[in-house]
Amino acid sequence: MTASPPLISLQSVGRTYRTDGVAVTAVRNVSFDIAQGEIVAVMGPSGSGKSTLMNMIGLLDLPSEGAVYLEGADVADLSEDRRSSLRARSIGFVFQSYNLLARHDAIENVALPLVYCGIGRRERLARAEASLQAVGMLHRAHHFPRQLSGGEQQRVAIARALIASPLIVLADEPTGALDSRTGAEILALFAALNRTGQTIVMITHDPGIAAQCRRTIHLHDGELVADETPAPALPKRSAAP
Amino acid sequence: MTMLQGFQIALHALRLNPLRSFLTMLGIVIGVASIVTVFAIGSGAQLRLQEQIRSIGANVLMITPGAVYQGGVRLKDGSKLTMTESDVQAILEQIPEVQAAAGSIAGTAQVIHEGKNWNTTINGTTTGHFMVRDWQLATGRYFSGTEEAGAGKVVILGSTVARELFAPGDDPIGAQIRIMKVPLEVVGVLDRKGPAQDDVAFVPLATAKLRFLGSASNINRDSVAYIIAKVAGDGQMAGSRSEIENLLRQRHRVPAGQEDDFKVQDPAAAMEAQQGAIRTVALLLVAIASVSLLVGGISIMNVMIVSVTERTREIGIRRALGGRMRDIRLQFLCEALVLCLLGGAIGVAGGVTLSMTVARMAGWVTSIDGQAIGLALAFSIATGLIFGFYPAHKASKLSPIEALKTE
Repeated sequence: MTASPPLISLQSVGRTYRTDGVAVTAVRNVSFDIAQGEIVAVMGPSGSGKSTLMNMIGLLDLPSEGAVYLEGADVADLSEDRRSSLRARSIGFVFQSYNLLARHDAIENVALPLVYCGIGRRERLARAEASLQAVGMLHRAHHFPRQLSGGEQQRVAIARALIASPLIVLADEPTGALDSRTGAEILALFAALNRTGQTIVMITHDPGIAAQCRRTIHLHDGELVADETPAPALPKRSAAP
Repeated sequence: MTMLQGFQIALHALRLNPLRSFLTMLGIVIGVASIVTVFAIGSGAQLRLQEQIRSIGANVLMITPGAVYQGGVRLKDGSKLTMTESDVQAILEQIPEVQAAAGSIAGTAQVIHEGKNWNTTINGTTTGHFMVRDWQLATGRYFSGTEEAGAGKVVILGSTVARELFAPGDDPIGAQIRIMKVPLEVVGVLDRKGPAQDDVAFVPLATAKLRFLGSASNINRDSVAYIIAKVAGDGQMAGSRSEIENLLRQRHRVPAGQEDDFKVQDPAAAMEAQQGAIRTVALLLVAIASVSLLVGGISIMNVMIVSVTERTREIGIRRALGGRMRDIRLQFLCEALVLCLLGGAIGVAGGVTLSMTVARMAGWVTSIDGQAIGLALAFSIATGLIFGFYPAHKASKLSPIEALKTE
């Protein structure tokens, strides 16, 4: 480990939900670090606690045991407002179902996180254009989500995740709703982003996708069962699938 | 997120469903429109009364004929002219607080000048009339003593009559007009006093009796239809009034215990009382109109609650992308405010149109003042804040994780 703290650090993290008096443990005793520039796949069958883990890394949820550190700071110490602001500036979410606002066109969707960073409209739109350009969607800037294909919508969503230059992009089954060819294109886009130094955490249940990431964390029943970092030769092979 | 961004987002959201937005704000529109209209009509009526009060003049008492008994039958008030010119003289001489007084008889007639003619009130009186009412001349002069005594064929025109009979450039002074075939010389034109007051032509009392109105005079050549008297000083109205009453009772030989054959009134005081009544009715109507604002506010709250439920996923997305709870609250509060403000603005426009229509069709005087409009808009902003707060608060409290799971 270097002297500077890891980007993300989970230490003995557990999350228990209590609904109608019944306690359900979604995640228990999970510890791992994610360093700047990594691309990590979090794998596991449904119900294994992947989404809960992602919510905690994404500051949408707090652990009930253990602690999540973002750049060395315990996120539980941050106020709700501060965590919201950090989501706007430091976290880029990509969802399986894209989650674009249906009533706004692509460029407005991409610019949305900047509204919550207090950035003026002119700059928002300029940066949204650049971000759309980066994912090859500038020609669709004024299309509404319903006018775009699934792959195009996911590209717009990735542009939105990138716009505030986040510390980390969190992708929850980003190819889950796409056909295999479009999915491969989206994965290639993630790989290309990672080569520019973007830290990416991708949740998936597809071993084929996990295989393309340099590191895979396996979850089962809320517990970490394996944290594999393949030989350094592997990413070179996977870069040209 | 700033307030401005909140309003931009709100406007965008409301534009997507214009019919629904309009129906939502309809309650506010109707409430504000009725408040503005009621205010306009109410203050118009007050203005009209104020004008009448002003036109009578300050500290003026009006003496009119009262009940008259003829063989035990009580006749209608004013059916007999019980007041006389010598009553006027007596009031002037014996009551020191009275500065000026004048008797009048009046009727309507056609006035003719060359090709033009006009139907107006002919008021036979003395120069004292103008003193009592503080009524200045625009041009010319009042009646001379000789004209008053000798039934001179002269006339003083109210500004409306002068305007109707003479072209704008013409000088009416010295011109001949005819009333009931009698040629009269215009010696003066009066200042404007108000639309209802300016439509009149004054002739000397003697002239009116001799030439126009006196022929069928009910009692004698001395009688007048009413007397007006000006009292010096504000505090002396009540005292002078009873002095006049005593004097006239004596002069008319009214036995003790019998009803007076005259009435002394303080028209300004009566009108002020009337004004108070108008104000009360207007306030009552505004209170009723406010109920529709309340109903409008409830309808906005209802639609906003539905809207928050419908847009749960949007709220989740905004929260995940960095929207703070207060940003979400501001967004929905802005929507409620925009609905109310827009509804308020439409309501003001509707109210102004409505009161102008009423003014034209019913001939009422209406007056739209900025204060009423400001008040109505302030009410609608308050409605937006009060009824928008709960839905906005509800939206901000949604858990982003749960919100993102909903379809």
